[in-house]
Parts: sequence; C-alpha cells; structure tokens
Amino acid sequence: MRSKKLALPYAVWMAAFTLVPLILIITNSFQDSSGHFTFDNLYKAWEYREVFLYSLEIALVSTLICLLLAYPMSYMISRMSEKTQSIIIMLITVPMWMNFLLRLLGWVILLQNNGPIDTLLNLIGIDVQLKDNDGAVVLGMVYEYLPFMIMPLHTVMSKIDKSLIEAAQDLGSNGFNVFRKVVFPLSVPGIVSGITMVFVPSASTFLVAQYLGGNKKMIGDIIEQYFKSDQNTGSAIALCLMVVILLFIIITNQFGDEEAVGV
Amino acid sequence: MKKIICLLIVCLLTVSCCLCLGGCKKYDSEINVYNWGEFISDGSGDTMDVIAEFEKKYNIKVNYTTYETNETLYNMLASSNSSYDVVIPSDYMIEKLIAEDLIQEINFDNIPNYKNIADKHKNMDFDPENKFSVPYSWGVVALCYNKTMVDGEVKGFSDLWRDDLSGEILMFNNSRDAMAIAMQLTGGNPTNASKEDIDNAYDKLIEQKPLVKKYVMDMIFSEMEGSQAAIAPYYAGDIYTMMGNNEDLDYCLPEEGSNMFMDSMCIPTCANNKEGAEKFINFMLEAEVAKANAEYIGYSTPNTAAFELLSDDMKNNELIYPSEEYLSKCYTFSNLSEDVYNYMQEKFIDIGAE
Repeated sequence: MRSKKLALPYAVWMAAFTLVPLILIITNSFQDSSGHFTFDNLYKAWEYREVFLYSLEIALVSTLICLLLAYPMSYMISRMSEKTQSIIIMLITVPMWMNFLLRLLGWVILLQNNGPIDTLLNLIGIDVQLKDNDGAVVLGMVYEYLPFMIMPLHTVMSKIDKSLIEAAQDLGSNGFNVFRKVVFPLSVPGIVSGITMVFVPSASTFLVAQYLGGNKKMIGDIIEQYFKSDQNTGSAIALCLMVVILLFIIITNQFGDEEAVGV
Repeated sequence: MKKIICLLIVCLLTVSCCLCLGGCKKYDSEINVYNWGEFISDGSGDTMDVIAEFEKKYNIKVNYTTYETNETLYNMLASSNSSYDVVIPSDYMIEKLIAEDLIQEINFDNIPNYKNIADKHKNMDFDPENKFSVPYSWGVVALCYNKTMVDGEVKGFSDLWRDDLSGEILMFNNSRDAMAIAMQLTGGNPTNASKEDIDNAYDKLIEQKPLVKKYVMDMIFSEMEGSQAAIAPYYAGDIYTMMGNNEDLDYCLPEEGSNMFMDSMCIPTCANNKEGAEKFINFMLEAEVAKANAEYIGYSTPNTAAFELLSDDMKNNELIYPSEEYLSKCYTFSNLSEDVYNYMQEKFIDIGAE
C-alpha cells in the first residue's frame, strides 16, 4: 500500500501532462476547426507520406550508425576497471550538460562554408558542401543521440557475468565464438532499448533539419508549422507519427524477446 | 539534527527572499505588456531601459512578455484567460482583432503625445478612423545581398529566381511574406489574396525551390552575416542591422514595389488596467523613448519628434526611410478570411514537404 502511495505524485503528473495531451491530440485529429467529426485531417496527413518516409529513413540511418559506433565502444568500456568506467561514462555525458540548441549552433559554425573544417579541407584540395544536406542532418542526430545508445548498452554489458565468458573460453570457444554465443545474446536487451531511445527522438525531432539540413523538411518540422495555424491537421500528423513509432517499438521489442528466448 | 537545521535555514532564506522580492518595491498598479521579441530598448549596452524608466516615472509595474508571431498573439487573445493591457500586433492582425472585437477603442485624450505621429501614418487601411491603434514602428520588405557573391545588379524580387545564384538564395519561412513576393511576380494581389493567387504563387515558389538554400526566419542573421548565402528578402530594419555586421552586404529596394508593414500599440478588450495601458502608450510616444526604441530595433519610427533626434546617417537612409515615391508603390496586408488564410498556410507547408 505504502509503495502505491509513493507513486501517486508521478501518476498525477502522468495523467495531467501525458495522458490528457494524448487524448487531446487524438480528439483533435478527428475534428475540423469548428469541432465536427471528420477524417479529412488524416487524408491530409497521408499527403505527407514522402516526408514521413524521408524522416524515417534519416532516423534509421542515424540509429544504425549510432549502434555501429556505440557497440564496440560500450564493450570496451565494460571491460575496463570500475573507476575508469565511471570516468568515461561521465565524459560521455559531458556534452549533455550544455543545451541541445547551443550544440546544434556549434555544428552550424563548424560545418559552414569557410568554417574551420571547410577551411582545413580546402587546404588539402577537397571542396565539398558540408552543411545543408542529408549527411549533415544524420551527423547532427548521431552526435546528439549517441550517448543514449552507449548508456543502455554499457549498463547491460557491464552486468554480463565474467564467469560466463570464462566458462565459454574453458569449453574451447575462441574470441569470436565467445562474442557470438555469450556477449551478443546477453547484450540484446541493451541493443533494443538503445535503438528505441535513439530512433524515437530522431524520427520526431525538429530543428536539426532546420539548422543543418537544406530546403527539405522533416516530419517534425511539418508538425511544428501546422500547429501554428491548424492544430487539427498538426494533431493528425503527430498521431500518425506516434502510431508508426509505436509499431516500430513493438517490432523491435518482439525481436529482442525472441533473441533472449533463443539463448 | 544538523540536517533539520539546514533545512530550516534554507526555508527561512527562501521565504525572506520571496518577501523581499514582493515587498521591497511597492507599485500603485501593474500592466501586462505583450510585445514582439527584441522589440523594445532594454537597457543592454548604453541603450535606455524603457520599461524601467516607465516603472520609475509612473510607479506602475510592467509584466513584460514576448511572442514570435502575430498568430501566437491572436491565439492568446482569442482563447486564453490571460489578461493583457498593451499588445503590439501588425497591420492585418489589427484588422482581424478589430473585426472580432478583441481590442478596444483607445481614449486619445489620455495620449497627448499622439501629436508626435506623422499624419501619413495615421488612419491606415487596417484602422481607417484610427480609433484602435497607435503606430509604433514600420518598415518595408527589401532585398539583402552579398556584393562579393552576386554578379551584376540586383533589381528586384525576380533576382530571387536567378539560376546563377542556385543554392545561395534564402527565402522567408513564413507563408504570408513568401507568398506575397511570388504573388507580386505572378500578378496576384498580395493585399487581399484569392485562392487562385495562392495557387499561382505556389507554382512560382515550387519553380524557385531547387534554387533555394534554405527557408529561414531568424536564422537569416547568421547566414547573411557569415556570408553563407548570397541573397535574401527580409525586413528593412533587420537588413540594416546585418549590414552593420558584414561590410560585404548591401540592400536593394525591389523595383516591383514591396510590402509595407506597420506594428501598432493596441489595448485588448480583456485589459484590466486601461488607464495604465494608456499611460504606457503615451510614454512610448515621448520623443526620447521612441528614439531609443527606434535605434534599438532598427525599424522605422512613425514618430516625427523622435525622427528629428535621430542621427543624419539614419534619417537619410533610403532603406529605413524610403522616399514617398517608393512608398507609393508599396502595399499593406489586409486580413484574409480564415478559409483563405488556412489554404495559404497549407500550400506553403506543401512547398517545404515537396
């Protein structure tokens, strides 16, 4: 009983600031501006399917790159001494001490024409457009969300019992097999939550594309623009996005469960 | 024990701080002012802190908040319970607010400084009998370009469709301003657009999209000041600011004529302290105050007494104070019906999504 009471403040918080807005978004999606029931908003949202696909593509690529970068790194960190681990983990969170928007502006300056990186590349004869393209958007996302991939992976990996690895080695597994049969299957829950924590915010983000991207908009930017004038259509697009993300989470979780059972 | 004492001390400190903040200064009354961001001289650098001066002079506390767009202001006035005493919307929004009874008539007997406003800025189209609004600042939309990046002469808005500037053109990320430029080029009527005008403007903007680097609003400052883009349409006062920060920038008053906008002070119907609001408006019209504001925001002032106090450099600036002849080619926005406005907004979002 006591534990339930302790959860009360959070339950109230959730109800007021998560549940009610969610219900409002759903009801708004099915209303026109004068409050009558309609499906028009959803038809309008369907018109933006290409933007949806583009955003999901960017989010998927960013998530994949985050995973490829974070996985070996988390593994290495988890093999270090406890003290080094906590220092490195702290260093990884250092960028998050500063506001996201400021860091984004930092990238704008770094990548712009005649900025530091461009000047350096020009010196060795490479002339490329660094900013205002899809690559820059992916870079911004990876930079922003990499810690969210490293954290869960590291937590899971540092909990892997060393004796399991030793047992596998004793039974004659080589390094690769130890990884394939022991470390990887045990790290799957970390991969699943890492993917979720990176994919979800990068699919729904706005501003990154506005600052680092060119004249293409992501679905988050479209929703933001709609909310300024027509909240009903904005809600409908947001609702579609939420459904897509929910499906994605369900699928990844399913995959995670199967893998875990397979061991 | 130690912890409890610590906690007590913290509580005491917090309470005393709160008491001090609330009690140290005693005001007669208060007003809520809702203005554009960066739209008042705030005492940074050696400028005048207009709000502090007003509080000192009249002993009225000013609760100052800001908004980013006319639409945000509209939503606050139309559907929130907040009360505002002074707001500063733009032309077309004033027309809409009058039509929907969201702002009230001002008693001009309480605003003797109204005499400072130039006659040409009184009785504007959005408030023909000038009962509801007191002009605060105005300006035109002009072109800003980088002399080192643009070859040849820049003449007007049609230069925003020049192939040789591909990838270096910036465009408004705001439906009304972007569409208005396209309408001027396609023979539409930007003042009071029809859906057909919007469709034509949409085609024109789609044609421009491959050439556009980005659709921007405030980001234009870093783009133009950092020489990242060659040409962009924007508000004259801001172009003036940008030119001060990058010597390569120059301006052009578009030969096609342009949009002239005006932001005026109004008193919402929901105001709690109309008397205080009128004092504030009157104070804002004082020559020194209006001069400080005009210098800070860089937009043109409709206040003749303040204009006289400006430096010759500013007074003779064609960008900030275009000739009467040029102004006669300009138009103002009027309020679009909700149906047409939403259509325009949607079409503009489609351009970004294309």
